[in-house]
Parts: sequence; C-alpha cells; structure tokens
Amino acid sequence: MTQQGGPVLEVAGVTKEFSLRQTVGERLSRSEPTVHRAVDDVSFTLQPGEILGLAGGSGSGKTTLARCLIRLVEPDTGTVRLGGADMLAASGAELRELRRRMQMVFQDPYASLNPRMTVGQAILEAGRVHRRPGSEDGERFVAGVLERVHLSPSFADRRPRDLSGGQRQRVAVARALAVDPEVLIADEAVSALDVSVQAQLLKLFVDLRDQLGVAIIFVAHQLAVIAEVADRVAVMHEGRIVELGETATVFGAPRDAYTKALLAAHPRPNPRTKQEVRT
Amino acid sequence: MSTTVGPLLSIADVSIAFGNEHEPLCAVRSVSLEVEAGEVVGLVGESGSGKSLTCRSVMRLVAQPGRVSNGSIQFDGRDVLAMSPAELRAFRAGDVGMIYQDPFSSLNPVYRIGDQLVETLRANRGLRKAEARSEAAMLLERVGIPDPQRRLLSYPHELSGGMRQRVMIALATASRPRLLIADEPTTALDVTTQAQILELLLEMREQLGMAILLVSHDFGVIAQVCDRVAVMYGGHIVETGAVGAIYDNPQHPYTRALLESVPELEAAGRDRSEQPRPGIPGRPPELGEELPGCVFAPRCGYARPTCREVPMTLVPVGPAQASACPVQPFRQQEARA
Repeated sequence: MTQQGGPVLEVAGVTKEFSLRQTVGERLSRSEPTVHRAVDDVSFTLQPGEILGLAGGSGSGKTTLARCLIRLVEPDTGTVRLGGADMLAASGAELRELRRRMQMVFQDPYASLNPRMTVGQAILEAGRVHRRPGSEDGERFVAGVLERVHLSPSFADRRPRDLSGGQRQRVAVARALAVDPEVLIADEAVSALDVSVQAQLLKLFVDLRDQLGVAIIFVAHQLAVIAEVADRVAVMHEGRIVELGETATVFGAPRDAYTKALLAAHPRPNPRTKQEVRT
Repeated sequence: MSTTVGPLLSIADVSIAFGNEHEPLCAVRSVSLEVEAGEVVGLVGESGSGKSLTCRSVMRLVAQPGRVSNGSIQFDGRDVLAMSPAELRAFRAGDVGMIYQDPFSSLNPVYRIGDQLVETLRANRGLRKAEARSEAAMLLERVGIPDPQRRLLSYPHELSGGMRQRVMIALATASRPRLLIADEPTTALDVTTQAQILELLLEMREQLGMAILLVSHDFGVIAQVCDRVAVMYGGHIVETGAVGAIYDNPQHPYTRALLESVPELEAAGRDRSEQPRPGIPGRPPELGEELPGCVFAPRCGYARPTCREVPMTLVPVGPAQASACPVQPFRQQEARA
C-alpha cells in the first residue's frame, strides 16, 4: 500500500475559506462577501507509526484542517495524499476505501456513539460495512477489536449509557480501529476526560502506535497533553502552521512568538513556576 | 473590614443529599472548609466529586431536589442556611459574587451589556439610572475592557469568550463583595485568555480585598492562583493544605495519584517506555453508593482491610496540612521527586 520508507500522509497547500454572513446593509450595497480563511496554505507530512500533535487556540483552524483531511469539509485548494493516493480527487468506492484507511475519533464520546446500539453492534457495523476479514464471525471480531483498546469482551453487550466517559472514548477508538486504518485522527479526543482517565487514554494512543504501527494526528488545545504523546508538533495560529518540529525542540526552544505565548501561559501544576501573561 | 473574629466563610460538616428522606443519595458528605478574609482557596477534584455543589451551597443555590441535609454554613458569623428570603437576597446581592464556567449562557443574549450592568446596580445598590450608567462604565474599565462607553452598547454575542467572562466578573464584583465564588471560570477559555482572567482575579483581590473560592478540575489553574487548596473525591475532602506543600508532599494517595496524572510540558521528548503516567485504575464511586470506610479504598494501592471500615476524618499531617488517609503511607517518606 504505502511505498517503503515514504510518508503515509502528504498534505500540501491545503486552504479552506468560509464566507461570513453579510449584514443587510452589505447585501444591499452588493459588496464582496468578507472571507474568513480558516485554513491557510497548510503543508505537512506524516510518517507511518508517528504521532503528530496539532496544537493551537480555539479558532486557529486545527479542527477544520483535520476535517479537510478526510473531506468532512471540502478544502478549496491543495492536495492530500494517503499512501500516494489522491484523497481529494477520489470519489465513490475509491473515496470510501481511502476513508477506511484514515479514521477519526471525535471530542465528545457522548455524541459520537449511537445510544441505541450496543458496543458490539457499533463495532461490527463498521467492520462489515468495510468487509473486514474476520467480521463474518461477529463475536470473535468484536472481542478482538475490544482487546486492542484494553476492554474485556463483556463490553460488547453494553450500551453507551452504561459506560463512563473514558470507556466510551475507548469504544469510539475501537470502532475506528475495527476497519484497520493506517492513520487515526484524534480531534480533542481526551479533552473532555478527567486527568486520571486522560492519562490512561494517552497511554492507549501510544500503545496503538507501538503495537499496530498506526500513525496518529493528535489534535489538542492543551500543550501538555501533546507533550505526553507526540513525536512532532505543529502549532497553528489563524489558519497557518506557525511552527513545526520535534516536540522536545519546539517546547524546549520555541521560535515563533505565538508558540512562546502559548507555552508561557500554560498553567503549571508546580506553584513555584508561574505562568506569564502576555497580551 | 470583618465585624467578627474568625473566618469569613465557614462551612462545617455540610452534607448535600438528593433523593427522598428515606433513601437519601449523598453527593457531598461532611465537608468542612474555611476561607479567611482576602484568602484565595482552591477546590480541586474530578467530575462528580462534589466541588461545584459545595460552592453552590454557600449561595444556597443547590437545585431541587438537592438539599443541604446536614451541617452549617456561616458567613461572617451569620447563619446562611437560616436566612429569610429577604436576608438571602441582600446576602447574594451584596456579600458574595459568583461566576460560572460558561460565560456564553450566563449573560442574557437579548439585552445590551450596559443594560444588564445597570439593572444589577440599580437592584443591588439602589443607584439611580444616570449614576448606574457611569458606575457600569467604571466597572468595565476596572476589569480591563477597552473603550467601556462603547462596550456598554454591545450585545453579549459581539464579545469574545474572554471579554464575556470579564463582563461576568464586573457584574459579580459590582457591589464589592467580600467573597467571590468562581466555579471553573476559565475552563471554556483558551490558555492565553485563561492566564489573563486568572491575573485579573488576583488583581481584583488586591484592589477590593475580597476572598476567592476557586473551583477547578485543573491543578495547574489552582497552583497558579491559590494560597490553600482542598482536594475533593467522591463527595469528601480528602486533603487540605498550602498549595506548595500539597504539590511537593501530598499526604493522601488520591492527591498523589491525581498529581501524577496531570500532563506536563516537561514530558516532551521523554522516552515513552520509561515511565508512562499510570492514571488511576477503576472508577469513582457513584451517587448513592454507600462505602462505610474510605471512599478511595477500592482504587487505592495502599489500602488495608481496616480502610473499608474506619470512617473518614481529616487528621493533621503537618503545619496547616490535613489528610483523611488512615494509613498515612507517605508520612515518613520524602517529598515527590
């Protein structure tokens, strides 16, 4: 599938603009609609088995970028190549297959699972839609997928309402893994969880990378969370990637002013390391 | 400023229950907490630990069918739970201010910022319209909102999240309260905005000499602004002490596990196989789950059989530090590395 040694995902020049709603006066005067460039000429590559953190404040464009990659939002220009295949030119069965190879986990595990389906049904549906090998034997397939996220097979019969937030998020990850993706996009996947549960989920993402070799784009507004898991980090501000590099390098010696401000404002649990306020 | 000696706020042995008289479901159990005048006290804990309910009980804002089923709350020597409706109104209007997590739903979307401030000032401080108007501009200026005269005419949706939270702080401190209760005030904001709002809260404390009770799930936020902290778990306060002492040398296994779960920037580039953050196995107790002994015992690595029998009480473990752990496994140990 992927050329040996090459990146699993190549993103080049991706741009997405939204036109803002006009006021009555603007519409009467037939002025040009104001355009908000949510994602502005973004390029990066992702290696197999790599975790790339995508950081930035709210409105920086990180979620829009993540959505552009699997075409939940159609980018205006640019290219997205998954294992060499052009994601933006694909349609029909080809696009479906590409989307299988790049899966997304969302922030809110309460909204991303169907409340009327059991955990087993949700996982099996994903596997059967994409005709995954082994999905003929439902019970074994589900048990195998649950094991990857460290849940016991007994969870198959439970419904989302019986699960805690952390367990729901594991199920959401399991559902994404059920179709053997090469790339996993986790959009604020641990942001809604308590820290004690968050720590377990972060470990799970690192385990998935190590054991399955899946590459992960880890979107988070919390820099410390990215510090815990990411090999490289891209910092976004006003739609652009303002800094990209090894996590330790970027966090240890940030070069961009916005990255510096984000790091300085980060609340430190050690009361003797005070945050700085920059305006 | 205080008319009596003793703490400004004293929560003693407070329990908050849901459900009916015969089968009460206790969400907060025998919580005691004191806030001195001008002090910033943090209440930290994970979701469902009872921290929000505890601070809401101070304003008597626990929603039905929840109720304070036991204990007493004293503000400056006055019994809050015994206040008549008129006294309670005056107490909420003048003595205590409160800000919430969501600055998006705390303001009325169909009224201008200025009208909401003026309404509050006229009702709470009995100002006349013109006076209230200039006072409102002054309040906005005090919370760092540029061009306050123009901002008075803005609707809430025209302001950013940080600006809205500043307006909320202006509203809550309009009558110069002696205590501000801030329930997750920065959780919905970006880190850069968060730092500004926390800075503003500390400035307001300096200027007005008010005490702050700050609720947060984020120990980082607590560490940055609080003098003292109380750690809540499963409806109980499991440990209290100075922020520095708790960070260096937590004396309750839950506090230690919580601190060790907090992600840190310093983790960048660390060998992942080396020491992954363990998190805390298991799950917190559910509402209505009756545990006779320590609430944390089922998840605790240091638990002994007696832990499930001995009722929880805070025991002094150092100067101004108290822990509810009967085992005290860290008592003779060194501070955290």
